[in-house]
Amino acid sequence: MSSWVSEHGIDPWQLIATQETNLKQAGRFGAIGSFVGTMRDFNDREGLSKMRLEHYPAMTEQYLQKLEQQARELWPLLDCLIVHRVGDIYPGDAIVVIACWSAHRRAALDSCNWLIEELKYRAPFWKQEFSPEGAHWVEENTDGHSQGKKT
Amino acid sequence: MKFAETINQMSIQVKFFASLRDKIGKSEVELSAAKTTGEAWDQATENAPRPDNVLVAINLEYARFDDPVEDGDEVAFFPPVTGG
Repeated sequence: MSSWVSEHGIDPWQLIATQETNLKQAGRFGAIGSFVGTMRDFNDREGLSKMRLEHYPAMTEQYLQKLEQQARELWPLLDCLIVHRVGDIYPGDAIVVIACWSAHRRAALDSCNWLIEELKYRAPFWKQEFSPEGAHWVEENTDGHSQGKKT
Repeated sequence: MKFAETINQMSIQVKFFASLRDKIGKSEVELSAAKTTGEAWDQATENAPRPDNVLVAINLEYARFDDPVEDGDEVAFFPPVTGG
């Protein structure tokens, strides 16, 4: 299983490169779908200086492994990587990296999209943001399916 | 009598996370009796009103508020998740 929680800073591109090297299946996959979530310096409030990511130890790891397993059952994946930060992070830092290797783009992209939406909807992480106004908890995640396009 | 008391004694660990922990004012409570997660909430919070969006887990798996709890279970209450 390649899903875990990290208490320290992560380099998403290095993690993806290492995972791919260890996979040792060059030539067998034709697509890598990846998602990297990073911290903004704004959300509902401007001037965010820090974010504290809390989680439910043990349940989080178990849930990420379950998601990875489900993705592997739903799509023909050669490999899958999910790493999520916890602790204090700062604007520009990576929060989460997901990557899916498959023979074809549809499986790689769809599985990656499914994983980040499931993770945001159910995995037990909570964000507390720090701005000049003080600390406050993020109340809920936005719906990834209904947002994004220009209107 | 003493034996009966011993075997009836339960231990249920209740945990609160994130903003819910701040609101309730505690992170962990041990209960000696509760039949459901709903009862565990009432006892652990001393009957605090339960926000509609509170989520619950038993032994690291999502559960519902009428699900039964057993001796040795870990019950967790938390607000909507905001990871990713």
